Amino acid sequence: MLELLSLPFMQRALIGGVLVGFLASYYGVFVVQRGLSFLGSGLAHAAFGGVALGLLLDSEPLWIAVPFTIIVAIGITWVKNKTKLGSDTTIGIFFSVSMALGIVFLFMRKQYSVDAFTYLFGSILSVSYTDILFTSFVVIITIAFFPLWKRWAYSSFDRELAQADRVPVLFDDYVLSVLIAVTVVVSIKLVGIVLIAAFLVIPAATARLLSKSFSRMTVVSIIIGTLSAIVGLWASYLLDVPSGAAIILLQACTFFISMIFSSAK
Amino acid sequence: MNQNILELKNLSVNYGEHTVLDSINFTVTSHSFISIVGPNGAGKSTLIKVLLGLTEFSSGSVLIFGNKPGKVDSSLISYVPQIKTMDRNFPAIAIELVISGVQQRWPWALHGDARTKAENALQLVGAKQIANRAIADLSGGELQRVCIARSIAKYPKLIIMDEPAAGIDAVGESDLYKLLEDYQSKSDATILMITHDWHIANHHSDFVLVLNRKQISYGPPVESLKEENMRRAFGHIGHDHTLKSF
Ligand SMILES: Nc1ncnc2c1ncn2[C@@H]1O[C@H](COP(=O)(O)OP(=O)(O)OP(=O)(O)O)[C@@H](O)[C@H]1O
Ligand SMILES: [Mg+2]
Repeated sequence: MLELLSLPFMQRALIGGVLVGFLASYYGVFVVQRGLSFLGSGLAHAAFGGVALGLLLDSEPLWIAVPFTIIVAIGITWVKNKTKLGSDTTIGIFFSVSMALGIVFLFMRKQYSVDAFTYLFGSILSVSYTDILFTSFVVIITIAFFPLWKRWAYSSFDRELAQADRVPVLFDDYVLSVLIAVTVVVSIKLVGIVLIAAFLVIPAATARLLSKSFSRMTVVSIIIGTLSAIVGLWASYLLDVPSGAAIILLQACTFFISMIFSSAK
Repeated sequence: MNQNILELKNLSVNYGEHTVLDSINFTVTSHSFISIVGPNGAGKSTLIKVLLGLTEFSSGSVLIFGNKPGKVDSSLISYVPQIKTMDRNFPAIAIELVISGVQQRWPWALHGDARTKAENALQLVGAKQIANRAIADLSGGELQRVCIARSIAKYPKLIIMDEPAAGIDAVGESDLYKLLEDYQSKSDATILMITHDWHIANHHSDFVLVLNRKQISYGPPVESLKEENMRRAFGHIGHDHTLKSF
């Protein structure tokens, strides 16, 4: 374990893992309670479009994927609030358009995209200092916005009650969807596009099984999210499997154990 | 000094081409109990959503504590939505629900002044023993009590309720009105309640608004609930036995 910590790429992977584990499990509680699980996969596929465009333009994919995914998140929220379409329909449309764009971009690149594989499944070798700096910035914003938890929790419980108490629910929808979008993008390199939806949902869903209150659910989710990222990355290195798969399998185990534990109570 | 809690002048609400409320006019003074009755789709919920600032109105004017809806100090007003619309799967214990009414935000921790107020309110409605139960595990009547505790815990001046008795048995229902009347006798609060029960409206309210898109009548129960008004609001009412008591 100590020998592992002396490897620079592993240090970056572990720091990155703790940061994205925290972000995904924190925003995950809102995703789960608001029934937005599908938003996670929608945004991950949108991010795929952004990453592919970044690869095509030969620039750092993160700088393209972040604005790209934010625009899609704002678009989904806007269409959802303007029309009577269910959020699954709206997300489904944006989801497939961005995915199709991503495929076109990768195809136009006309060279073997070995890195595309990393973005799909996640890799412990892929985390750069830039990634860590940017992710830390997102974590700082999240902590600075922590007082908004009380508003977000309130409107997650009952939108109308929150609105009657002057919570700006629409504005909060946009803020939350943008932050979830950024969380999805910064998680890509370690978790992979294919598994990000699960990464957002499983820690929070596990915490839901173990908690009677939403504040407790938030704390438990963060603990599960960060711990499973660390242990998962370690397992990924030892077993030489993609990091995303290792983390998600571990989280799934905690979920099923919690299920047995909570129904035995 | 303006004693009017509510002043509606020619209030109309349209959804597209569809007029849901048409020229509503009434005034509510403090310390009164108002019932709103009308058939399904009459616009009752729409009316209270306008008052709460949740729905835009198309024309007319609405003043609530002398302000426009949505611009009022929300600590003056409590809203009790229909219980059946509440998300019972949300991880929350009863006292958190009550504290959220006091703080007007969801509580992170359960201590301080808000908790004391919440405990007092639960005590008042006889629900102290269920303070730490998950809302998912409460019976309909228990949840209703918790919601009433929630609505009075911040000492509001106006309580707005959408069918508070729906899904509650007869005993629970009579408890509910007793609790509301107790609160009214201790405060000078006004209560505005949507109900489907004409008996209840007749029995408990100072004024009754009969609504069916248009305002059919507004006045003391004996006048407002007259047969001709009910006929205009509900169409033919031959099957409804509740009429016999008037
Ligand atoms: N957001 C909306 N968009 C379009 N029409 C709406 C909307 N909300 C309500 N309506 C319509 O407005 C009318 C009044 O609805 P409202 O919910 O106020 O009735 P209600 O009197 O509360 O009925 P109920 O007794 O069934 O609760 C209905 O015809 C309903 O279809
Ligand atoms: Mg209604």
